[in-house]
Amino acid sequence: MQQFVNVTLGGLSQGAIYAAFALALVLIWRATRIINFAQGSMAMFTTYVALVLIEAGHSYWLAFGAALLGGLVLGAVVERLVIRPVEGGPALNAVIVTLGLFVAFQAIAALLFGSSFESFPAPFGLSGFRVGEFTVAFTPFSAFVIGSVVVVMLGLVALFRFTDVGLRMRASAFNQEVARLLGVRVGGMLTLGWALAAAVGSLAGLLIAGGNLVHPAYMDGVIVYGFVAAVLGGLDSPGGAVVGGLLIGLALSYVSGYLGSELVTLAALAILVAVLLVRPHGLFSRAAERRV
Amino acid sequence: MATMATTATMAERGPALEVRDLTTRYGPVTALNTVTVRARPGEITAVLGANGAGKTTLLRTISGLVRGSDGSVLLGERDLTRAPAEAIARAGVAHVPEGRGVITELTVEENLRLGDLLGARRADRRYHLADVYDLFPALAERRRREANSLSGGERQMLVIARALLSGPEVLLLDEPSLGLAPRIVARIFGILRDLVDRDGLTVLLVEQNARSALSIADAGFVLNLGRVVAAADARTLAADDELRHAYLGF
Repeated sequence: MQQFVNVTLGGLSQGAIYAAFALALVLIWRATRIINFAQGSMAMFTTYVALVLIEAGHSYWLAFGAALLGGLVLGAVVERLVIRPVEGGPALNAVIVTLGLFVAFQAIAALLFGSSFESFPAPFGLSGFRVGEFTVAFTPFSAFVIGSVVVVMLGLVALFRFTDVGLRMRASAFNQEVARLLGVRVGGMLTLGWALAAAVGSLAGLLIAGGNLVHPAYMDGVIVYGFVAAVLGGLDSPGGAVVGGLLIGLALSYVSGYLGSELVTLAALAILVAVLLVRPHGLFSRAAERRV
Repeated sequence: MATMATTATMAERGPALEVRDLTTRYGPVTALNTVTVRARPGEITAVLGANGAGKTTLLRTISGLVRGSDGSVLLGERDLTRAPAEAIARAGVAHVPEGRGVITELTVEENLRLGDLLGARRADRRYHLADVYDLFPALAERRRREANSLSGGERQMLVIARALLSGPEVLLLDEPSLGLAPRIVARIFGILRDLVDRDGLTVLLVEQNARSALSIADAGFVLNLGRVVAAADARTLAADDELRHAYLGF
């Protein structure tokens, strides 16, 4: 029983991170119909920015804020300079470009920050809460992880549902031509979408890094699980991304806890294939067609 | 007498929208060839012609979705030639595209809010949400529904309502009758005519259904293979048997 609780709690907090990462992928997919394979690398990059600030003696929270802000800026710059020229071309071009960015960011990070493992601090304790005589695998930091992902999710829902800029972003994502005819500066909305996505991705990067080791490739695994979570949720649905993230986090935690940690990657792949076989458009997508 | 005086001042102000010698090419194909069309304020101007005559291209060039290679587009005194589509929309040209242009993933009200956001920039806006709900009660009943759930006629009402909310100086309608039952077309055209008569709206109406269009239009232009082959007031066009048989199909 205790193991089940521990495995479940561990899965939830890990799943929250995958959810954040999947959310970032979904934001970009919705806005520009591009899968951003560089999402993980961009998050890694901003996490290194935070690490540099922390090592220079600044507080964790200043570094945390700087990394999120850095994510916003990086997302906007990448969209304007690199993605904009290939938008409207064949979808494959943009995918290849994001793969190129994925490699480029890792290479640049290795040059700037070195490629050795470095430890990244956590703002909250990493030892589990005590319930009666047991210590559960749920730490103050896990609570922070889940809390911040929930806050981001609610913030995005509020943005899209209740604000004018959110409505303009959705209009641009769903129908660029009609949005332009209604006076919406679609280009600006796409840039904003990429900026927001990169900031959410940065959050995932910081949460993965907390209390762990970072190196230029530390996000690679998360990209795979985040992608599975996004596809699980249907790519078009932010709510689906979150549920997908939590499901994949739990599933992988059970596999790792009961079957063996070496099976985790295989299990993720098996889940992906199974979902695509049963529901090709994901669990939550209403879209009948998809242009890939 | 009062109405006549207003009409006279409007006519003196010149056309609300003027397209001069517009040429638009798609690669080697010339879709519009030195086309000149004027829409007078407070009138419905019909642009008629068969499939492929260049009607849709004309509207798409006016609203900036397609770039003309020559000629100019004037909204009153403002030169909109080759401005980006979003700037032309902000200047007061409301283009309702062919196939209706409903954003089906949004709710009815969200679609309308997009028009409202654009209209909110204009000091002289005439229509607010309550007005268009009065005009089209079916939309009010379905405001929280996804636009996807609307029938063809309701979708057409939605995009016209959205365009009205944006506070247009000129309304461009591309084939509003397409795929709709004659009864619904008559209703929508009736509402349009009322708005023009009551509020002085200016409409450029592209239609393949020439008979219906001429029944509500004040003036008309006939396009054939990218050229204007006739321009006159609506009654004259409808009475010209040769023209009707050759180009209008009724």
